Amino acid sequence: MRIRAQIGKVLNLDKCIGCHTCSVTCKNVWTSRQGVEYAWFNNVESKPGIGYPKKWEDQKVWKGGWERKTDGNIFPKMGGKFRLLAKIFANPDLPEIDDYYEPFTFEYERLQKAPELKNVPTARMHSVLTGEKMEKPEWGPNWEEILGGEFKKRRKDYNFRSVQADIYGQFENTFMMYLPRLCEHCLNPTCIASCPSGAIYKREEDGIVLIDQDKCRGWRMCVSGCPYKKIYFNWQSGKSEKCTFCYPRIEAGDPTVCSETCVGRIRYLGVMLYDADKIKEAATTENEQDLYQAQLDIFLDPHDPQIIEEAKKAGVPCSWITAAQNSPVYKMAMEWKIALPLHPEYRTLPMVWYIPPLSPIQNAVNKGDIEMEGMIPDISKLRIPLKYLANLLTAGKEEPVARALKRMIAMREYMRSKNVDGIKNIELLEKVGLNENALNDMYRILALANYEDRFVIPTNHREYSGDTSFDNEVAFDTRASCGFSFGNGCSGDKGKISLFGTKTHKNTMSGKIPKQSKCRDLEDCS
Amino acid sequence: MVADYLHQFFFGYYPYICMTVFVLGSALRYDRDQYTWKADSSQLLRKKGIRIGNNFFHIGIILLFFGHLIGLLTPQEVYHHFMEASTKQVLAMVAGGVFGMLCFIGMTILLMRRLFDPRIRATSKPSDIMILLVLYVQLIMGLITIPFSAQHMDGASMVALANWAQHIITFRSGAADFIMEEALIFKLHLVLGTTIFLLFPFTRMVHVFSGVTAPIKYIFRSGYQIVRKRG
Repeated sequence: MRIRAQIGKVLNLDKCIGCHTCSVTCKNVWTSRQGVEYAWFNNVESKPGIGYPKKWEDQKVWKGGWERKTDGNIFPKMGGKFRLLAKIFANPDLPEIDDYYEPFTFEYERLQKAPELKNVPTARMHSVLTGEKMEKPEWGPNWEEILGGEFKKRRKDYNFRSVQADIYGQFENTFMMYLPRLCEHCLNPTCIASCPSGAIYKREEDGIVLIDQDKCRGWRMCVSGCPYKKIYFNWQSGKSEKCTFCYPRIEAGDPTVCSETCVGRIRYLGVMLYDADKIKEAATTENEQDLYQAQLDIFLDPHDPQIIEEAKKAGVPCSWITAAQNSPVYKMAMEWKIALPLHPEYRTLPMVWYIPPLSPIQNAVNKGDIEMEGMIPDISKLRIPLKYLANLLTAGKEEPVARALKRMIAMREYMRSKNVDGIKNIELLEKVGLNENALNDMYRILALANYEDRFVIPTNHREYSGDTSFDNEVAFDTRASCGFSFGNGCSGDKGKISLFGTKTHKNTMSGKIPKQSKCRDLEDCS
Repeated sequence: MVADYLHQFFFGYYPYICMTVFVLGSALRYDRDQYTWKADSSQLLRKKGIRIGNNFFHIGIILLFFGHLIGLLTPQEVYHHFMEASTKQVLAMVAGGVFGMLCFIGMTILLMRRLFDPRIRATSKPSDIMILLVLYVQLIMGLITIPFSAQHMDGASMVALANWAQHIITFRSGAADFIMEEALIFKLHLVLGTTIFLLFPFTRMVHVFSGVTAPIKYIFRSGYQIVRKRG
């Protein structure tokens, strides 16, 4: 057994209101730089839809994730090492920027500086790449927002596979949900596996997957390797970038920016202990519908004295073990089993999990009577098809999704009868496999969702990072060193002229458009 | 007199200036500014033309490079065991012609794309356009040398060029004297060729080093995953 700890995450989709606060705060912190204007480390998609970049879930198109061969081994779907290297000059599995969208800015400056005109000056849309005027955007990180666009196009959603989807195009049967997405910080990441330079790595102490910006050579294989399409190629720096899980904040015990700012309080962060020796076995599980259970089997019980002993031996600090015991992620994924992984069939063993959303009973509107199985309504009558959620979260296996949804409904029913009628319906809880203590816990963490219950993050003990268990040298060395920076460390990247390649673009997101296109259109320059 | 001086300069001394800048410049860039060390792919912005253009260009230029390396630096005494100089010249002309054309097709596509695709043009650094043009001119000059070589099939000219190259890299004097009488096109090809080494550290060319090391490291990496310890 080789115990490692990771900060995992759960998103409660039942409470996501699709406000995009997570996306915007993330963008302001991480991707407001030139070259990554088009990149959203966190974006919120409306489902059903093909998403951003287009059809990201369909690995027949992008060849992300792993593929299990008949001999039981797994290889990156884009090819083993030699086949992958053969794609290095021209990567056929790489999205084009139009699959995301051509980055643009508005010429806000003109609103203030235009001379006297017959017509009101406008802030036209300009391409950040070329500086040319653009008529309209063609795609974006939330393009299908609240079922935007034709159903015919959204019908191509990968999660509609083996679903008779056409009826969901009719107004009466339509359904939707939000899906906030970020890097999954997988246990078996294909991005790392597909990087020829070895620039991407998983941090041993907290499982965060990062790209070493100095070591990255821009071979762009990771962009294809990641099945969630959460690695973005910075077209200005020529290097790949990704969600950092806000590691400087996590190290200090603070939640990630997207979690901190989540208005609906849907995001949870907590420690998961797992057995690194079991990763291969789990990722190579034959039947993809068993991958969810296989990943659960990797996680370790932080209350088990034997595990605690082993964890200490492996160098996991005591504060991390305590945090693992109080981890909301552990409770939701392991104890209550209401959180499920996103597309386990990619075999990456993702570590950002989702609680499936409840939805109204579909035929209640028509008939006025709801079919009940005891106190719990028939799960198959929910507006969002069970199969759709299962395709999203459990490789198509419906039972785990049904169990999660039933437990969520049971929590509501129980609390309602307790508060309204004053009756504790223990029978109901037993029916879905919960008890009163668990339910109270669940209610506190899911419904009240206090800050300290949502985020149980131990600080990163720098002092443990040396050879000895308490290495002051390392702690003092890192103190007062450079923080997060690009380019030549502390000497900084000031955008000056450099012998080794001056930048071609300034950051134009301020509304100052690149010079080359100014006054190209005479009418606009009057 | 001036012609003589220039000949000595360009074929006796200039190669050393270029090699020094090549070695030191690359080492310093790697050491001091690794964030700028990259292949600088523009495939994300426009994939049209990449598949044929980039594959043909790279395969062509890599084979041309090794062809030159082996062809120029193998001592006469070694290859005489296998073939005559005249046979070697035919081999060089055929292989160079084939790979040169492959490279030419690829580079023409890439150059058109870089100059006339608005997205690629706008995101090109001056050095990106410059190095592509330099390589293009060098390739065309290389292709033009083939008909010149065809005029004397005895291999003497090739031997002279090889002697020059071997004397240069082994720091022996009198290298420039070997190619006194060569056609101008060969001389221009040599000067521009050595100039590429001079420009190398200041352009995206540096990814050539990584293009050699990364695949080797990747293939010999045990398994696929990388975990870094803290500290």
